[in-house]
Amino acid sequence: MSTEPLLKVENLTKHYVGRLSLAQRLAREKPSVVRAVSDVSLEVRKGEILGLIGESGCGKSTLGRAILRLHEPTSGRVTFDGQEVTTLDPMALKDIRRRMQIIFQDPYASLNPRRTVAEIVGLPLKLHDLATSADDLRAKVIAIIERIGLKANQLDRYPHQFSGGQRQRIGIARALISNPDFIVCDEPVSALDVSIQAQIIELLLELKREMGLTYLFISHDISVIGYLADRVAVMYLGEIVEMGPVDAVLSAPRHPYTQSLMSAVPDVDHPGHAQRVRLTGDLPSPLDPPSGCKFHTRCPLAVDRCRSEAPISEDLGGGHRAACHRLHEKLSLLETA
Amino acid sequence: MTNVAEISRPPETIFQQNLRNFMGNRLAVASTAVVFLFILLAIFAPLIAPHDPNTTDLFRRLQPPAWVEGGEWSYLLGCDQLGRDILSRIIYGARISIFIGAAVILVATTIGIIAGLSAGYLRGWVDVVISRLVDILLGFPYLIFAIGLMAMMGPGLINIILALAYKEWVIPCRVVRGETLATREQEYVEAARALGASRKHIMIKEILPNILSPVVVVSTIRMAHVIILEASLSFLGLGVQPPTASWGSMVSDGRAFILESWWVSTFPGLAILLLVLAINVAGQGLRDAFDPRFHE
Amino acid sequence: MSALLDVKGLRTVFETRAGTVCAVDGVDVEVRRGECLGIVGESGSGKSVTFASVMGLVRSPGRIDAGEILFDGRDLRKLSQKELRAVRGRDIAMTMQDALTALNPALTVGVQLAEVLEAHDETLPRGRRARTRAIRERSAEILGLVGIPSPDSRLSQYPHEFSGGMRQRIMIAIALACRPKLLIADEPTTALDVTIQAQVLELISDIRAKLGMSVVLITHDLGVVAEHCDRVMVMYAGQVVEEGPTTEVIGSPSHPYTRGLLGSIPRLALRGQPIHPIEGQVPDLIDLPAQCRFYSRCADRTDACLTPIAVRQVGPHRKARCILAGEDTQ
Repeated sequence: MSTEPLLKVENLTKHYVGRLSLAQRLAREKPSVVRAVSDVSLEVRKGEILGLIGESGCGKSTLGRAILRLHEPTSGRVTFDGQEVTTLDPMALKDIRRRMQIIFQDPYASLNPRRTVAEIVGLPLKLHDLATSADDLRAKVIAIIERIGLKANQLDRYPHQFSGGQRQRIGIARALISNPDFIVCDEPVSALDVSIQAQIIELLLELKREMGLTYLFISHDISVIGYLADRVAVMYLGEIVEMGPVDAVLSAPRHPYTQSLMSAVPDVDHPGHAQRVRLTGDLPSPLDPPSGCKFHTRCPLAVDRCRSEAPISEDLGGGHRAACHRLHEKLSLLETA
Repeated sequence: MTNVAEISRPPETIFQQNLRNFMGNRLAVASTAVVFLFILLAIFAPLIAPHDPNTTDLFRRLQPPAWVEGGEWSYLLGCDQLGRDILSRIIYGARISIFIGAAVILVATTIGIIAGLSAGYLRGWVDVVISRLVDILLGFPYLIFAIGLMAMMGPGLINIILALAYKEWVIPCRVVRGETLATREQEYVEAARALGASRKHIMIKEILPNILSPVVVVSTIRMAHVIILEASLSFLGLGVQPPTASWGSMVSDGRAFILESWWVSTFPGLAILLLVLAINVAGQGLRDAFDPRFHE
Repeated sequence: MSALLDVKGLRTVFETRAGTVCAVDGVDVEVRRGECLGIVGESGSGKSVTFASVMGLVRSPGRIDAGEILFDGRDLRKLSQKELRAVRGRDIAMTMQDALTALNPALTVGVQLAEVLEAHDETLPRGRRARTRAIRERSAEILGLVGIPSPDSRLSQYPHEFSGGMRQRIMIAIALACRPKLLIADEPTTALDVTIQAQVLELISDIRAKLGMSVVLITHDLGVVAEHCDRVMVMYAGQVVEEGPTTEVIGSPSHPYTRGLLGSIPRLALRGQPIHPIEGQVPDLIDLPAQCRFYSRCADRTDACLTPIAVRQVGPHRKARCILAGEDTQ
């Protein structure tokens, strides 16, 4: 694995600004702003899997889509293979989309119900003129369809005739047929049953090896990230609170949020072994995020400083970073709880 | 590599499923048959009509229907004030009603789909302009403006179609815009964008096929309305010009004799009623079968 | 002591255009007093339909074809609709996976709680004033029990004003309003984030201890079962394939499907090693194979598996539906 970054994200921010009616505008009301992603920086190296973990509403899916410019970022910069994606004109953006792809969470919503499998999977070849003839296109579609575990005689069927796992395979085939380098996997196994989930994970790992892919793997499931990612970034309310190699972050988490997340995961092997850290309360609204450290409303270790001053991400060595005021006080929820 | 078992369900498209639902609705199927009957009448009018619709015969002036005293079986529904066979005129009149109804709906639906898709998918100023235009047109009294337009442009088939389509496109446009707004947020549309598809491709290939069912359903039901509007224009003497037979003008012709010769107005009136009713019932059957929001 | 709920030979079918779907096929369930039983299975395994049948909630085109549902010694299938309604809500309560759709969006939480209390609580005073006050007090007390802060003022709020975790708590509160003997929790945490999931599960365990009720926890997550259930029952394609004390079943599974499920869970500890997914997919319930239903996906299948077998005792407290169980399980 080389260490050259394939994808570089610098200070990426995505805010959704609410619409105002004319009356509200006349009354000089300020629009509501959802701060979905705030000032996120990260790198994905060629050939690695960066796991992005967080609870619903933390902005992880928005981040994945903003990187691909499916949602236009509010500010910040995304560089892919030396090329700045955030400023590309529509034609150049189309070209780069051949190389940057996405696999969606919902295998039901992500396939057009009125198109056959052959049309869905063959679309990227058509859009990017990658097939020399109709026969060539069909042959390429058959090749990838068989690789991902469906049969050639299922090509002319419609999505609703397949099970969830099979549909997810079709979504994977569509993302891979144009031979991309980088894939955003947005919760690709969350909607699937356990045994099917394992099949899809294995398939994604095999394909990564065969095709030399790089993944940004978004998930709320720590076990999945722990199993397949090389590095992991933990998101809370639009910010990355901790990032580093999986072994370091998940076996010795430094941020209190990561610690509580780890201890909340039920474990089949060692039930009840973990010292439980119970977070009280719910995720604050991204419409009105807390001041200072965004985690202070739920953090058992919070002190006055956390309420007023936002912590800056610190290097802990070995690529491990975390943003917390109390990092150096040798405190751990897992021990004090 | 994992082995995926062959799926056992037979291939059936969503369209086929919907069609089967529709075929299960007997009333709707019967209504569709009635509509097709009218279409056949219109197409083969010269073969079916017992008499020439425009031949006047003053000896048969206001001759009653066959089963009333003074009627004869070769003039089944009687004759009008100029001695023309009413049945033949109704059969020829079906041509005008169905042709104008279909033409107006075709023009209006085409405009409505283009405008609605652009407004719903492109948003921004396109949406503002189209939506405002729709709002303004909705404020216009339909028939009064159609009358005004006809008075300005003068009679003629094309003019009738334009005078009725000026506002009719608003209906499919609103349906298409609403459906597009919902469909554009679907992940498969996002997937197409992620693959580098152009706006044109997304609008025509990804969104349109998924919103076509409700549009077809609404347009079918609206066709009944257009047929009534055309009849109204003809009734007011602004539609198809005499001697061409049109249901609306036939009803109008009979007004002066409604008490003594009721058949002159009644039978064309019943023809309008029957066709409009059949289209509405068939349209609602289509809606129940094809519009996913009406499924359980 | 006799079991609180004893289901014998339950068979629930759904008539569809494509044929008869046998969603639950000869299932026996025993829920003991005070225990927490975990029901594990994937979609289509029949785990939810089994308990919808127990609750009498199976609607056309579905129907219960055969079986006995003994609750506290009474066969629920023989009760009239009215008697069944009295049992439901008062003695057995169920919570649904999706709290947002299961709660009525047009009524305040207080009204929805009051409805249940009105219908089932016989200890309420007769007089109208006193009754209203008693209901309000009981409602606030229950919301407090499920850990909702300032319950008095929140009674007048609507479901959408609560967060996902809070709504799940409210649904549990409504289920618990009449202190049922049995709580059936259908995927109570699937829609929730891990930190919230942990809170809700802990809450169910606490209340179970406090009220001494039995809990059936329907889930697809073996981790949840491992941490919260005394016994576990694994279902596959409408049948029970394995049953026993949680620690034993998870520690040394007897059925290859249970082994496959356990092997399918990705874990940090398994990094770098391949996981072993169960191949293929669940059989079509319309067109079930005559052999063992797991045959096509089983890694250990033999010709003897072409004849289906019944669930049998494979240990002092354990049952399994596999010819190899009890003889040679690595």
